[in-house]
Amino acid sequence: MSIDLILGLATGIVFGFLLQKGRVLRFEKQVGALLLRDMTILKVMFSAILVGMVGILLLSDAGVIKLSHKPMNVGALLIGAVLFGIGWAVMGFCPGTSVGALGEGRWHAVFAIAGMIVGAAIYAELYPFFKATVLSWKNYGKIGIADALNISHWGVALLVWAGFISLFILFEKKKV
Amino acid sequence: MAMQSACLNYLRGGFMKLKTVDGGWNPYLAGALIGLLSIVSVLATTSLLGKTSYLGASTTFVRAAGLLERSVAVNHVIDNEYFTKEKVRIDWQFMLVAGIFIGALISSKTDRSFKAEAVPPVWNERFGASAGKRAAGAFLGGIVAMMGARMADGCPSGHGLSGMMQLSMSSLVALILFFGSGMVAARLIYGRRR
Repeated sequence: MSIDLILGLATGIVFGFLLQKGRVLRFEKQVGALLLRDMTILKVMFSAILVGMVGILLLSDAGVIKLSHKPMNVGALLIGAVLFGIGWAVMGFCPGTSVGALGEGRWHAVFAIAGMIVGAAIYAELYPFFKATVLSWKNYGKIGIADALNISHWGVALLVWAGFISLFILFEKKKV
Repeated sequence: MAMQSACLNYLRGGFMKLKTVDGGWNPYLAGALIGLLSIVSVLATTSLLGKTSYLGASTTFVRAAGLLERSVAVNHVIDNEYFTKEKVRIDWQFMLVAGIFIGALISSKTDRSFKAEAVPPVWNERFGASAGKRAAGAFLGGIVAMMGARMADGCPSGHGLSGMMQLSMSSLVALILFFGSGMVAARLIYGRRR
């Protein structure tokens, strides 16, 4: 195996291990969050964002890495994200957690994985149609939140920290 | 005063417990470690591979679809614009997704949380114990979710984690809509309170 494949595999093993320890892989936790009964996946995800963000922004400021924003392609983003949410609620897994859920024995995830591969194949077939329609509507390009608000990205980071910590306090108060 | 007591409750509650009732790690700790992993991963891919890669998962399903289709219809995959754009091959992210399976297997086998499950309890409450019904739901939900993720150009890993860490505008919108639409759908499908 070449170095990129080994590195990907090693990173994935640690990622899967931590996701399993955080107990975010299973259907109950995913749907539990969508039903506002158990916010574990939000606690894990938001904590990861708070820590990762500081490192990524520092590395970017130091010129070690380049940020790679995904384009703010409005139509595709709105329709795609809403579709994802509906499918997510039925499936009870996200793409990354489905393989992890299979790893911890929840074998109905196999059907979710098969469905997602079929979904990807259908998307590939319909791509020319989407490209001519939803993907070609208003595109604001690869912008950061800081560009949109016209403040520094550390200002945005501070707002995200304040917002997420407030949510954590609310979750613990409500015991969800 | 109210703020102070809220903070104290917060410290006494879930925030300070190292283990959860189901034997998992404190979610804030597990999350913080995933945050550290994201930083290390970005540094490692930049220095070892010469190209910064962020954690993500959904593009791998496109590559998996391409690889499977290629085994029966090579030219169809070569001629497909989307497969050409996303490059059908086993790459860093493909192995990352494979690694998630192995990591979850190791973790669940060693702490005995591994459990063979055909129908999850919340699903059972609403649709009954039929494994076939659950399989159909997972499959159809998977189709819709993946088409959405590809259209939105990311999933809760690519947009939710990696995009939010970079403070991307598109990721903030995607994350809000993933949860917003997921919450409405879940409420309609599984009902209100127990």
